Amino acid sequence: MIKVEGLTKAFRGQPVLRGVNLEIPTGSITVIIGRSGGGKSVFLKHLIGLLRPDAGHVIVDEQDVTALHGRALDQVRQRYGVVFQGGALFDSLTCAENVAFPLREKLGLPRAETVRRVDAALAQVSLEGAAGKYPAEISGGMRKRVAIARALVIEPQIIFFDEPTTGLDPILVNTIHRLILELHSRHHFTALIVSHEIPEIFEIADSVAMLADGRIIETGPPAAIQASRNPVVQKFIRGEPE
Amino acid sequence: MNGQLPLLLRPVERLGDGALSIVESLGRFGGFLGQAIGIMLTPPFKWRAFVDRINYIGFRSLLIILLTGAFTGMVLGLQLYLTLSRFGSEAFLGPAVALALIRELGPVLAALMVTGRAGSALTAELGIMRITEQIDALTVMALNPLRYLVVPSLLAGLVSFPLMTALFDTVGIFGGYLVGVKLLGLSEGTYFGEMQTFVHMDDIMMGFWKSALFGVVVTWVATYKGFNVGHGAEGVARATTQSVVLASVLILVWDYFLGSVLP
Repeated sequence: MIKVEGLTKAFRGQPVLRGVNLEIPTGSITVIIGRSGGGKSVFLKHLIGLLRPDAGHVIVDEQDVTALHGRALDQVRQRYGVVFQGGALFDSLTCAENVAFPLREKLGLPRAETVRRVDAALAQVSLEGAAGKYPAEISGGMRKRVAIARALVIEPQIIFFDEPTTGLDPILVNTIHRLILELHSRHHFTALIVSHEIPEIFEIADSVAMLADGRIIETGPPAAIQASRNPVVQKFIRGEPE
Repeated sequence: MNGQLPLLLRPVERLGDGALSIVESLGRFGGFLGQAIGIMLTPPFKWRAFVDRINYIGFRSLLIILLTGAFTGMVLGLQLYLTLSRFGSEAFLGPAVALALIRELGPVLAALMVTGRAGSALTAELGIMRITEQIDALTVMALNPLRYLVVPSLLAGLVSFPLMTALFDTVGIFGGYLVGVKLLGLSEGTYFGEMQTFVHMDDIMMGFWKSALFGVVVTWVATYKGFNVGHGAEGVARATTQSVVLASVLILVWDYFLGSVLP
């Protein structure tokens, strides 16, 4: 269980998060929706320890991540997998080397075992043929899938997806969503997805939380969010202009 | 807070803010090197990354080092010959070229050339890694990015700068030989013989210490600027410019101080 309590953050006096409270149950797929520039990625960066809050706590299985530093924080991160918005693949490594990187550097696995797990991870995202290619040589959708394979290969308990489908065409959006759902049912990780793919994202979410004005203004199962009477939620779901 | 201060005191406050910001920046800059040195002293050491950085900083700079070394030596040979011949002292051309190169021009010019070629590329590479979240990816994998990206560059700078300076000096001395001996007719024995008499180990060590320090300064500035890049392409461009300018200025400043302190 990940518990977020009163998370507050401002940049140069400009508040971005104004006391976010949220519970992410173990093994579920929770989706954070909200407008662009609304603080979703900032919120995510607090959960993975890349940013420190001005106030509030992020508690991962009884451990307050915001109070941890150095090795203690790294211990918690050992359980994480993160899929960044642009994939964040290492340019100088091939797709296979990218996927092998955490296995080699974090787990120190023998070469044969690393190769076996890399092949399996790339096969799971249907990218066996791209193993020897560099990130610059493949499409945006393929890069996202390699990033998912890299996050998944160390079998993390919690995976964070930061807008995994941004900039992709509708077919690729559904492909990635279906892939996440399939991998989740196979590996049972806890997933937190930051997204504004409405309404497609509702099909894979167990729970949806809407972040607006630096707070979670509505949370619940997808059906409840879609039926919400909150005008801000409805406006966002329908994509109504200001 | 700003609004509460009397109008006359606001420039003082701004001055104070500016001074604090400079001190903070210097602290971060120094802290960055301190952290990197701390990591350098603890295993594991990333040999593959170190060899890659030697290639990136050193080997790929060879052509520019050979070219600039040769022409610097040739210019020195020509100008010093013309100057020394006014006093009838052209016999000292060899030591004059060698001492100018070994003590001063070799370390400084080689470092400036590598700053322009590899230092700027290093900042741009790390800057792009920062804005495309590749550095964050390392952090969330619980892997220290300094160990993978900064420490190998610092050590590669420390190793490759003295080697490139030695090459610059050697090629420069032969450039001076080409002009002084082959073109202007000075005897070969005089050129090298006087050099042996007047160039001492202290002179060579001064060039060595300077180049080793410049290697650390250039890679320190380049990696720090790359790590702390602003937003987008403009941020990378600004960081790259700042990196080259700051490293070049620091090379000249340290050159003066080391020149004053070393024998």
